[in-house]
Amino acid sequence: MDFKLDKAHLLQQELFRSFAEKEIKPLAKDMDESEEYNMELLQKMQKYGFFGIPYAKEYGGAGSDVLAYTLCMEEVSKVDGSTGITISVHTSLCCACINEFGTEDQKQRFLRPLVDGSKIGCYGLTEPGAGSDVQGAQTVAVKDGDDWLITGSKIFTTNSGFADTNVVFAITDRSVPAAKGLTAFIVDLKDENGNRPEGITVSENIERMGIRAASNCIVSYDNVRVTPDRVLGKVGGGFKIAMTALNGGRIGIAAQSVGIAQGALDEAIKYAKERKQFGKPITAFQNTQFLVAELQTKIDAARLMTWRAAKAKDNHEDYASYAAMAKLFASSTAVEVTRAAVQIMGGYGYCREYPVERMYRDAKITEIYEGTSEVMKMVISGGMKLK
Amino acid sequence: MSKDIYVIVEQRDGVVQKVSIELIGEAKKLAAELGQDVAAVLIGHNIADQAKMLGEYGASKVLVIDHPVLEHYTTEPYVKAVEYVIKNYEPNIVLFGASSIGRDVAPRVAGRVHTGLTADCTRLDVDVTKYQDYLRKATSLPEEKIAALDTSDRYLKMTRPAFGGNIMATIVCRNYEPQMATVRPGVMAMPERNVDAVPEVITVDAGLSMDDMNVEILEVVHPEKKAVDITEAKILVSGGRGVGGPEGFDLLRELAEELGGEVASSRIGVDNGWIEKSRQVGQTGKTVRPNLYIACGISGAIQHQAGMEGSEFIIAINKDEKCPMMQLADLGIVGDLKVIVPKLAKAIRDYKESQKL
Amino acid sequence: MKIVVCIKQVPDTAEVRLDPKTNTLIREGVPSIINHDDKAGLEAALRLREAVGGTVSVVCMGPPQADVALREALAMGADEAYLLSAREFGGSDTYATATIIATALKQIGYDLVITGRQAIDGDTAQVGPQIAEQLGVPQVSYAEDLKIEDGAVVVRRQFEDQAHMLKVQMPCLVTALAELAEARYMSVAGIVDAYNKEIKVIGFDDLKDHLNPAFIGLKGSPTNVFQSFGKQAKAAGTVLNNLTADQAVEAIMQKLIERHII
Repeated sequence: MDFKLDKAHLLQQELFRSFAEKEIKPLAKDMDESEEYNMELLQKMQKYGFFGIPYAKEYGGAGSDVLAYTLCMEEVSKVDGSTGITISVHTSLCCACINEFGTEDQKQRFLRPLVDGSKIGCYGLTEPGAGSDVQGAQTVAVKDGDDWLITGSKIFTTNSGFADTNVVFAITDRSVPAAKGLTAFIVDLKDENGNRPEGITVSENIERMGIRAASNCIVSYDNVRVTPDRVLGKVGGGFKIAMTALNGGRIGIAAQSVGIAQGALDEAIKYAKERKQFGKPITAFQNTQFLVAELQTKIDAARLMTWRAAKAKDNHEDYASYAAMAKLFASSTAVEVTRAAVQIMGGYGYCREYPVERMYRDAKITEIYEGTSEVMKMVISGGMKLK
Repeated sequence: MSKDIYVIVEQRDGVVQKVSIELIGEAKKLAAELGQDVAAVLIGHNIADQAKMLGEYGASKVLVIDHPVLEHYTTEPYVKAVEYVIKNYEPNIVLFGASSIGRDVAPRVAGRVHTGLTADCTRLDVDVTKYQDYLRKATSLPEEKIAALDTSDRYLKMTRPAFGGNIMATIVCRNYEPQMATVRPGVMAMPERNVDAVPEVITVDAGLSMDDMNVEILEVVHPEKKAVDITEAKILVSGGRGVGGPEGFDLLRELAEELGGEVASSRIGVDNGWIEKSRQVGQTGKTVRPNLYIACGISGAIQHQAGMEGSEFIIAINKDEKCPMMQLADLGIVGDLKVIVPKLAKAIRDYKESQKL
Repeated sequence: MKIVVCIKQVPDTAEVRLDPKTNTLIREGVPSIINHDDKAGLEAALRLREAVGGTVSVVCMGPPQADVALREALAMGADEAYLLSAREFGGSDTYATATIIATALKQIGYDLVITGRQAIDGDTAQVGPQIAEQLGVPQVSYAEDLKIEDGAVVVRRQFEDQAHMLKVQMPCLVTALAELAEARYMSVAGIVDAYNKEIKVIGFDDLKDHLNPAFIGLKGSPTNVFQSFGKQAKAAGTVLNNLTADQAVEAIMQKLIERHII
């Protein structure tokens, strides 16, 4: 049993940390206010391998692992939650589907450009009428010769504003429950000239409370033709792919939550050491000390749970419950810590000049996306065989 | 037995650099303590006319090495020239200015003659009693350590900052000769000039040839001023609410120019659009640690202090005697910056003029 | 072309503080980094390799913990790394350090040696020129631009008031300013590779046939530390009120002159 990172992971953490401090942090406020992700920053992260961390070198990835990916998620999210979700949806939803269920040909054609830093991916499952309950999905794919024609709309598709590749889920058989009638497709959102292919429309950014720099749109399909080589896994096997990806994705969201929480607490502590009230710094008051101690304890617990889930995935063990527990606990910790960070900083914490109000807004979504906290409890209790 | 202190005089385009004169002054003090003389070594091309001036500032002897290969500075011919002097005159101490030239030539010379070299010194001592006085006055060394020093020690004690100025170290070179140091420009006092002094001038043939130059100078470039980063600046003149507007910053700019520093600002100046954001100091701006921070009309809110309290020396100019910046400052001046700042800029200009060689 | 970059692992001096009670440096918790100038030199070397081909080797003298600095260099893209580490090397001043590194460089081989101008802990700027001296090759220090033209090294050499464009034939040594080249980050894949590569350790025994033990280490160093100490704590400041503007200027001028600021 060893809770320490090894040297290679420590050096990766150092890379993510220094990159986040120098490159992301100075842009975070502006990106939040403009509700637009900085493409130059995105390309820089692609260049250094941030978009292919746990994928094999033979497919163009960095050849690292899920644990390193959580370190990246934590460090970037410390300064900007939007960067966290941008990397996460690409890596642990879109790429994971192709990596785990794609054929060799699909991995070479679709995974390689995603993990070697040339393309960005997104993941389309949620629909206006179907969130936690996939049964309500309305997007359909119908056979036309050997091809498929997809029609429908996917909402809250992170990265879709600029993504090249979409793993999208559509009902291919209405006569059976979604668990058997859903199929995954790999669809290009841009053609080789960067134009939108026929039948696909991507909406403007959906206006949100937090993670406002991330791209998040509605992707609509109107009879979009998809060739059979783009069917991911088996026809009717989409539900398993979607759920497997979400299980893994939760490790990323847990790490993002840890990052948001730690980033907010660090900011609050820095401020509290300098801010004097009643003649001494706020950190000299036991009230502050106890509060900070409690918050840091929770963050550490969340981090260890996240690492446990990551290690289990790296070791090809069953990690679904670990990931759900990590996300459940880390996301509520993120909300609690960011709220407290604003409180510690008082009026300044509420001001947009300081980053903690943004972190507070960013934190809330971690309790919602890639499975709400309620769904996490379903997953965890399901694994406990209570019934 | 080696003797005398040799100052390697730095000239650029035939103009002797001020640091060399400062070194002659310092060398003279040390030489008096050692019962030795000061020699200046003038290296260059068509520079012999400068020799007398070096004598007027205190060198009793001036060695002139004049050769066309020395017209522009390149490493190897200059190293050879100094090496020749050391081998043939056997000085006890050799001093260089710690300029980009001195710090290029000196280590190579030290390597060639196999001796020690101490870089970028800010203080030199021979006399231990004086050194002890300095330690007592300016350092945190405990008295028992200071009192324990051997007062008969006649080696050159070379003191310099290390770890980014966080610590000071005194270095000695006991087993090799000469004892060599490069000395930071502007640290040693300028000596008095005695226009009646006449040094012994010796023209030295160091056996140089044009073939000694092992690099080729393609071009001499006089660069334009680069964009600045206030975190790199050694001197900052910073303005706050009291500056009153963009035109107030013009006064600060003029002062910064005279000091060779940069202009910075508190948040107010940036928020009001008086100055660009990249110059903001403070919690939501940059953290700076310059040698000198002049806070003009800055009250010194805690958020601002967080960005500049590590400054080595802080001068505050403010109408409000009670403001927090006055408490933080090493020197607080209660007064109107709009009157004081321009007068200060002029005073510095006049002072610099009076110090010209 | 074989480029060898000498790097030093240094404490991040921006983070170093003095213990006010013991007057010693608080090294604990201070991160170790590759010295800024050296990292710029490494970046310049990698760019030269990208432009004209060749290999980039990295050399670091230091304790075994300096391994991480070499891994970082490999993760940035260096081809191979050497750690010069031995008890006998400890306590070396610049002359002794240069002696050890130069001896190792003769074994490793080089066309172009790049060092940083100076390290942020020692601030001497002496090791680079002293390596060049011991190798008997030309040096160009204070490089702010570096390229290869017609098989020769062309350097823009900075002086306080001007710059020289210098051309020098290899083998030679160049010392890099931090502004020579803004260093790239490591890449994730580079870090994974770096830990799959071997770092070659060169100890005293590997060099002893060419190294005089009397000229290295603490005892072989021409210079020694006589005393080290912190500066005295800052005295409380003075506030001057009711001065005329001229008196105020005079008070400020006195401080500026006293502190050698002008």
